Amino acid sequence: MDLVEFENVSMRYGEEGPMAIENVTLSVRENEFVAVVGPSGCGKSTLMKLVTGLAPPSEGYVYLDGKQVSGPQKGVGMAFQASNLLPWRTTLDNILLPMEIVQEYRHRFRAEKAKFQEQGRALLARVGLAGCEDKFPWELSGGMQQRASICRALIHKPALLMLDEPFAALDAFTREELWCMVRDLWQEDPFTVVLVTHDLREAVFLADTVYVMSKGPGRIEARKEVNLPRPRDLAVTYTDEFAELVFELRDHIGRIREDTQ
Amino acid sequence: MTFRQRKRLIQASPWILLVSLTLLWEVVCYAFSVPTYLFPAPSDIWASWLEYHDPIMRHATQTLFTTVTGFAIAVVFGLILGILVGSSPLIYKAVYPLMIGFNSIPKVAFVPVLVVWFGIGTVPAILTAFLISFFPVVVNMATGLATLEPELEDVLRSLGASKLDILKKVALPRSMPYFFASLKVAITLAFVGSVISETVASNVGIGYLMISASSTMDMGLVFAGLVVIGIMGVVMYEIFAFIEKRMTGWATRGTDPGF
Ligand SMILES: Nc1ncnc2c1ncn2[C@@H]1O[C@H](COP(=O)(O)OP(=O)(O)O)[C@@H](O)[C@H]1O
Ligand SMILES: [Mg+2]
Repeated sequence: MDLVEFENVSMRYGEEGPMAIENVTLSVRENEFVAVVGPSGCGKSTLMKLVTGLAPPSEGYVYLDGKQVSGPQKGVGMAFQASNLLPWRTTLDNILLPMEIVQEYRHRFRAEKAKFQEQGRALLARVGLAGCEDKFPWELSGGMQQRASICRALIHKPALLMLDEPFAALDAFTREELWCMVRDLWQEDPFTVVLVTHDLREAVFLADTVYVMSKGPGRIEARKEVNLPRPRDLAVTYTDEFAELVFELRDHIGRIREDTQ
Repeated sequence: MTFRQRKRLIQASPWILLVSLTLLWEVVCYAFSVPTYLFPAPSDIWASWLEYHDPIMRHATQTLFTTVTGFAIAVVFGLILGILVGSSPLIYKAVYPLMIGFNSIPKVAFVPVLVVWFGIGTVPAILTAFLISFFPVVVNMATGLATLEPELEDVLRSLGASKLDILKKVALPRSMPYFFASLKVAITLAFVGSVISETVASNVGIGYLMISASSTMDMGLVFAGLVVIGIMGVVMYEIFAFIEKRMTGWATRGTDPGF
């Protein structure tokens, strides 16, 4: 069953502005890991806003869970390039923020706080942040902040997780560690993910399906299923099969560049 | 110099400067025999304080009262208006030009109007203190709220947060450093307001004391009044700086904002 569906969606900012994305059709199955890759400014973040209902499409239809999206959704998890943790809250209180907001949990947050805190601690431990619960975000390294940010997006067990270049600001080693962290979280307890990135290796390593977008106005240039066996080890990124997939996708982006010149 | 000595020197520096300037002032007055009725030496001011400290304290209490009352009204009013202006682009557009215009008017020009409405004395002093000090609170609050990171707002909205949720959970706590910074500015401005009003239209308060002392050429007393206002201003400022540090230590990442 499809959780997210785009039907010929176009979107422009303002009345007269140029199209940010154009005629996008795609679908995301439940518990599928989808990656959207494309050069900067091609409308990847716009795509995320459309899915979560933070911006309406100018043309076409967006469906989430079979219903047309018409306004901000309730309970979608999001994480961005910047961790956006609240500096006055401890790490544990930061990741419990969704519990204070999401409809399903907010009215019993106070009563069952201890239980939620236990869940929070368990999740932090799963991403290797045990012992950091009572630290403030600015006492954590960039990679640790990003781990916490992803925990915050997952704590309320959302049907959909949206990641907008969450690893873009990290160094190469930390980035690979976080790939594995997301892989493990997803493998142990699958959920639907849309990962937006400009890193092809990242997309191929993590995703079931990769969409390639063209430079603005963003269009879907290619859709590629990644059939590498799971669970995937980081070593898979050094195999020929992996390299070929990356190469093929790279080729699509290369072609886009030539077209626009 | 060791690190600790350096730190102690930094802590002591305002006192060292104060004492040096006072000594210099005394020496200049003495060396050039400046007459007391033009420019009193620190020793003359001290003599005036010893002679008049009861009335000075009485007037100072009045000034402190009007200042703090006006300031308190300004904080409540500024907070509410700031939240409205900062969270609604429509109100922002509508109110801002009006507020800038209002803030450009010298508040001393209001005092005669206030006197007609409320008579002389306490009420115009409180209101002038209020009028002069609410502006920084509004501007800082509005700035703090309006500069919320759009991505953080997206995170919250996609969780189903209402405008009120976002305000309570994120925007308000995030604006607290702006708010407390504005209090430090506002309290010093409130002193300016109340003293101006007392100078023009009152028979009680430091402003009145100074005006009446200057009409009898008692410069020692006038300067004693000035010094008392200065001390009250510094003490109130330090109180709010301390509260700011306690409430928003996270904003400076746990380090001392003083350096
Ligand atoms: N808030 C906005 N107002 C106007 N134009 C925007 C806004 N956000 C993005 N755009 C434009 O839409 C296009 C796509 O942007 P975006 O979705 O952020 O790209 P990406 O995330 O792939 O880098 C860009 O050309 C950008 O200039
Ligand atoms: Mg983007």
